Amino acid sequence: MASRQSMLQNHPEICRHLLWFFGVAACVKLLLIPSYHSTDFEVHRHWLALTRSLPLSQWYSDETSPWTLDYPPFFAYFEYFLSFFARLVDPQIVDVHQGLNYEADTVVYFQRISVIVSDLCLVYGIYRLTRKLEAKKRVAMWILVIWSPALVIVDHMHFQYNGFLLGLLMLSISYLQDGRDVMGGFLFAVLLCFKHLFAVAGPVYFVYLLRHYCRGGLLKGLGRLAAMGTVVVAVFAAAFGPFFYHGQIQQVISRMFPFGRGLCHAYWAPNFWVFYIILDKGLAFLLKKFGIDIPTPAASFTGGLVGDSSPFAVLPQVTPLSTLIMVLLALSPCLVKIWKNPHPGSVARWISYAYTCGFLFGWHVHEKASLHFVIPLAIVAVQSLEDAQHYFLLSIATCYSLFPLLYEAQEYPIKVVLLLLHSMLMWFGFSAKFSKKGSSSSSSRSGEEGEFVIGWGGKCYIIGIVIVETWGQLLHPYFLGDKLPFAPLLLISIYCGVEVVYSWVWQLKRIMAD
Amino acid sequence: MFGLLVRWTVSLHSYSGAGNPPKFGDYEAQRHWMEITVNLPAQDWKLLMRFTVLSSDLLIFFPSVLYFIHAYYDVHSRGRKADVAWHILLILINPCLVLIDHGHFQYNCISLGLALAAVAAILSQRDLLACVLFCLSLNHKQMSTYFAPAFFSHLLGKCLRRKHPLLEISKLGLVVLGTFAMVWWPYLHSRDAALQVLSRLAPFERGIYEDYVANFWCTSSVLIKWKRLFPTQSLRLFSMVATILACLPSMIQQILAPSSKGFLYGLLNSSLSFYLFSFQVHEKSILLPLLPATLLAMEWPRPFKLLTHYALFSMFPLVCRDNLILPYIALYALCIFLYHPPGGRWDDSKRQGSTPLSLVSVLLTLAYLGSLVLHIVYLTVRPPERYPFLFEALIMLLSFSHFVLFAFHTNTKQWMLSGHLIGSDKGKKQH
Repeated sequence: MASRQSMLQNHPEICRHLLWFFGVAACVKLLLIPSYHSTDFEVHRHWLALTRSLPLSQWYSDETSPWTLDYPPFFAYFEYFLSFFARLVDPQIVDVHQGLNYEADTVVYFQRISVIVSDLCLVYGIYRLTRKLEAKKRVAMWILVIWSPALVIVDHMHFQYNGFLLGLLMLSISYLQDGRDVMGGFLFAVLLCFKHLFAVAGPVYFVYLLRHYCRGGLLKGLGRLAAMGTVVVAVFAAAFGPFFYHGQIQQVISRMFPFGRGLCHAYWAPNFWVFYIILDKGLAFLLKKFGIDIPTPAASFTGGLVGDSSPFAVLPQVTPLSTLIMVLLALSPCLVKIWKNPHPGSVARWISYAYTCGFLFGWHVHEKASLHFVIPLAIVAVQSLEDAQHYFLLSIATCYSLFPLLYEAQEYPIKVVLLLLHSMLMWFGFSAKFSKKGSSSSSSRSGEEGEFVIGWGGKCYIIGIVIVETWGQLLHPYFLGDKLPFAPLLLISIYCGVEVVYSWVWQLKRIMAD
Repeated sequence: MFGLLVRWTVSLHSYSGAGNPPKFGDYEAQRHWMEITVNLPAQDWKLLMRFTVLSSDLLIFFPSVLYFIHAYYDVHSRGRKADVAWHILLILINPCLVLIDHGHFQYNCISLGLALAAVAAILSQRDLLACVLFCLSLNHKQMSTYFAPAFFSHLLGKCLRRKHPLLEISKLGLVVLGTFAMVWWPYLHSRDAALQVLSRLAPFERGIYEDYVANFWCTSSVLIKWKRLFPTQSLRLFSMVATILACLPSMIQQILAPSSKGFLYGLLNSSLSFYLFSFQVHEKSILLPLLPATLLAMEWPRPFKLLTHYALFSMFPLVCRDNLILPYIALYALCIFLYHPPGGRWDDSKRQGSTPLSLVSVLLTLAYLGSLVLHIVYLTVRPPERYPFLFEALIMLLSFSHFVLFAFHTNTKQWMLSGHLIGSDKGKKQH
C-alpha cells in the first residue's frame, strides 16, 4: 500500500492519504457504536450535564452523582463546549437530574461520535510528526497509531477521550522535535490542564527544556526561562484562575487527586506492584508454614476491591509518597542523560520512558494508562529494527492486558480479531520496511538493516499469551468452575507485567546507550 | 497482505452482527428451525446465532473466496499482488452480504460460499467437483437456481466440445443425481415426504411479488396490475417464460463458446435475469447477482461500483425496517474508501478509456445524486396519505432501471467476449 516513489510526496497528498486512514478507522468505529460501554460513559455524560446546567463555582463541589469531576479544568471546559451540541441533540442529556444513567440512542450516538471527531486531533498530531518522514515509515506509524487496537478498545468501546489528549501529546512532541520548544512546552502545559495524569513526563520536559531551550549564557538563559515560565503560568492561570477566584481551589485539588483509592485498581494493571503483592502473599504463606505468626491484613487484594489502605503482611507498606519517590528514582538515569545531551531526536523515547516508569511504579494505575507509553513509543518504533521488534511484543502485550475491560461475550471476537489484525499489520508493515532487499535508499544507518524476525523468546511469549487466554476462557471454568474467579485476571496481569517490566529495562538500556 | 485483509473483513463481519437487533421475522424463523433440533435458554440464542453465522461464514465462504482467487488469478495471470489483495477485500466486504447475513440475519454465506467454490472449481477445470459443490449449494438454499442456467450452459458447451460429449454429459448427470440423493436421503423413503419438502420450498401461493422489489413485475405493476388481471397460475407461466427468455442469450453464448470469463458473465446475467423476472423475488435476492459482480470487479470497476450502490439502495427500505441504518452508512462509507485507495491503482480510469462528459454518464450521475437525496427523503419526510409507499416505489423504480441497464450492458459484454474468442477458441487445447 505504500507509494511507489521513494521521494517525498507533497503535503496535500499526504493529507489525503492520512485522511483515508482516518476514514477507514472511522467507519469501523461507527460500526462499534452499539457495543459495550463502561461506567465511564455515564461519567462523561454527567460531566456534560454538570458543566451545562450548573455555574462554574459548583462544578467541583456538586454531589448529584457519584461520578464527580476529577479532571483538571480544561477538560471541564471541553465538556462544556460539547454540551452545547448535546443540548441541541437532546436536552435530556444535559439535565443533571433527569439525565442520570440516561441510556437512550441519542446519548450513545452523540458521545460516540464526539470521540470519533475528537480523534481528528490525534490525526493532526500524527500528521505533524510524520510529514517529513519517508513513505514507508510514515505509513507504518499511521498503522500503529491511527489503527491502534488499544485505542479503539479504550476510547471507542470502553469509552474515554484519550484520542485527542494523546493528539495533544503528539503535537507537543512534534514541536519539540522541530526545535520549537516554546510551542512544545505550551502544548504540554495545556495537556496537563486537560488530564493531570500526563504530569509524569513533567520532569523530562522540565530538564529538557531547561537544557535545550534555556541556554546561551546566563542572561539569555534566564530570559528564556522566564519566557517559558510565563507561558506555563499563563496556561495554568487560564485553567485554574476562575477557581481561584471562586475560592474553590482546595476542592478542585482534592477532587483531582483522590489518594484514598488504594494502591491497585480493582483489576490490577500489569505493573510492578502486582509482583510486589504476589511476593508479599507468597512470603506470608511461606512464613506461616514455618510457624511464624503473621497478622492477616483486614482488607484483601484478591477480593478485587479498592480499599483505602494497602495492607501488606510482610513487606513494607506502600504509600503514595513512596510510589512517587520510586517513579522519580526510576526516571533519574534518564534525566541525567537528558541533562548531558538534550537533542531533539530522542524526545519521544524519553517521554515514553517517563510514562513507562509512571505506569510501573505509580499509585492506583489503570491498565488503560498503558496507552500513554505505547502510543508515543510508536514514534520510536519505526526508527530502527530493534525498536520495531521490541514494539511488536510490547504492543501485543499491552493490548492483551486490556482484554478484561471488555468482559461481555459479544465483544470477544471483536477484541481478539482487532489484536490479531494489528499483529499482522505490524508484522507485514515492519517486514516490508526492514527487508533484506534493501528497499529504502537511505538505510545506511546500521539500525535499519536486517530482517524483521522475532526471536525465540518473543515467540514463546506470544504462544504463552495464547495459553493464558485458553486457560482463562476454557480450562479454568472447566476445571475449577466458579472457584477463584480472579485467578485468570491475575494471570493476565502477571503475564503482561512481565513484558512491561522487560520493556522498561530495555528502554532504559537503550536510552543509556544512546 | 492476503491474510491481514481477510482478517480485517472478519472483524467487520463480527461488528455488524454483534451489535444490532435482528429482524424478528427471519431471526425467529431460523431460530425456530434450530429449536426443532436443539434446546437452549432464550438469552443465549442471540449470541449463539450470531456466532453460528460468523463461523459458517468463516468455514465456508472464506475458503471459497480464497479458492476462487487462486483459480481466477491462475487463469488471468496478470494480477499484481496488491490487486489480488484488493479483490479479496471487495469480495469479502460485499456490503449487502454483510448486512443481510450478520445484520438482518440469514445464512446466505453458506449457499453462496458453496456456489462460489463451484465457480472456482469450474475455473480450475474440475467440472465434477463443481457439480457436487453446486448441488450442495442448491440443496442448502434453492435461491442458487439463479445460477443454474449459467452452470448448465457452460458445462454443456464444454461437454459438446469434447471428444465424447454424451459420455461427459452422463458423467455430470450421474454426479448431480448422486449428490441430490445423498442430501435428500432422509426424505426419499416415501414419495409423500419428498413432495412435502418440495412444496415447502416453493410457496407459490404467496403471489408473484411481495413488498417493493426492484424487479420487472413489481415495477411494471405501477402501470399493469398483474395481480388483479391474471390468476396465479398464468402469472407463474409468464414469469417462467420471461425468465427463460431473459437468460437465453447468455446461455446460448456459453453453449456456443464456453470460456471462463464468459462463464462469470453468464452467472451475472442469469442471476440478474432471474432477479428481474422470477416469481416471488425478495430484495435480498440482489445478493445473487452481486456475487458474480464482485468476482468480476477488477474487470470493470466503475459499473461495479454503481451496481453495488444500487444493490444497497434497493435494500434500503429493508435496512430501515431492521434499524440497520448505522451499519449501512458505515459499510457504505467503508466501501467508498476501499474503492478509492490512496495509491489510486485500482481505479485506473485510463484502462477503461472513459469519455467523461457523454450523455449517458451525465444521466447516470444525476440518477446517482437523486438516489442519495432519496435516502435522506425516505428517512425524514412522511409520504403523502394517498400514496403511503411512494418512496419505496421511487427507490424501486430507480434501482430497476439501473438493473435493466446493467443487464443489457453485461449481456453485450458477454457476446462481445465470444466475438473475441471464437477466433482463438478453435486453437484451444481440448481435454
